[in-house]
Amino acid sequence: MGTAAEPRFHVLAVDDSLVDRKLIERLLKISSYQVTTVDSGSKALEFLGSRGNDDRSSSDPLPSVSPNDHQGVEVNLIITDYCMPGMTGFDLLKKIKESSSLRDIPVVIMSSENVPSRITRCLEEGAEEFLLKPVRLSDVNKLRPHIMRTKKLENPKQESREESEGHGEIRSQPPPCQHELETQQGQHHQSQQQIQPHQQQKSSNNNKRKAIDVEEGLSPDRTRTRYSGVATF
Amino acid sequence: MERNNHLPRQVALMRQSLFDQGYLDEQFVQLEELQDDANPNFVEEVVTLYYRDSARLVASIEQALDKSPLDFNKLDSYMHQFKGSSSSIGGRKVKAECSQFREYCRTGNGEGCIRTFQQVKREYATLRKKLEAYFQLARQAGPREAASRST
Repeated sequence: MGTAAEPRFHVLAVDDSLVDRKLIERLLKISSYQVTTVDSGSKALEFLGSRGNDDRSSSDPLPSVSPNDHQGVEVNLIITDYCMPGMTGFDLLKKIKESSSLRDIPVVIMSSENVPSRITRCLEEGAEEFLLKPVRLSDVNKLRPHIMRTKKLENPKQESREESEGHGEIRSQPPPCQHELETQQGQHHQSQQQIQPHQQQKSSNNNKRKAIDVEEGLSPDRTRTRYSGVATF
Repeated sequence: MERNNHLPRQVALMRQSLFDQGYLDEQFVQLEELQDDANPNFVEEVVTLYYRDSARLVASIEQALDKSPLDFNKLDSYMHQFKGSSSSIGGRKVKAECSQFREYCRTGNGEGCIRTFQQVKREYATLRKKLEAYFQLARQAGPREAASRST
């Protein structure tokens, strides 16, 4: 590994829509993240279970991960659609927060529907952000602070390896994906965004700019570095 | 082949008319922003993917509309997905018809659903033709023109 090269942050994107997966993948790659996309919550958990996040040495590298990982690539952020068949994004969020090995990974929810109670529920459950679809580059720029904050707090060693799946709390059901009574349809994306106590429109200046390594599928001499933070090498 | 010097302007005009006539919204511009020299055809790729992928949804909705009684939950679920993809590519008119369809699902208006779905399909087909023409012209104009926007 070169001294100047920093590993890129790895984002796991979960969405059952093929078009949206392509879109989020491009948004993330253009923002210099390493990206893995899956089409369901259960596949996301499967992927997370075999990654370096739970401190096991991964003996079975998944084909979708870059061959560069030696120790198992960790996931630095999970971005998931809310409405998915089977396990919703909310279900996935809950499972992640209930897992001692996964709960420190920041989770961001995306939804095409602006339902205040849904947003509140997700934030209460521990989501860092709630993004309205279609997601745009300015939204992706909001992700970095969450990754950086988690990076600073995280312990290099995981204290406990056990996965606590027990959940005795009874919560009222989050709003379902269909027939939302509170749906505010047809409103413009820009004026809504999400209900956040803190909204960071720009990446802060002390964010490290990832070295532009060879990205998957892109040529090394990619000329475009728009929407990037401060470029430091 | 001699390069037609008027092509870039024609491309720009065609592009602008798609917005002016309401076929496309700001999301399409967002897609264009994601194009660069290494990914000069990203927008066309997404649009192609959209038409390929949503074909099955259109078929499913068609099938579901043939059933009696109508399952509005299922119809709404399909349309939610279809609307989402349409929105992701900036298909403004398609998206609007999808919203109308969902309204009729919500109120259990089968007649409205069936009628509106014809509109959905019409806008869907029209957009496809217009975008195909646009992409074709843009490609003729040259990759730089295709990737750039006129602002």
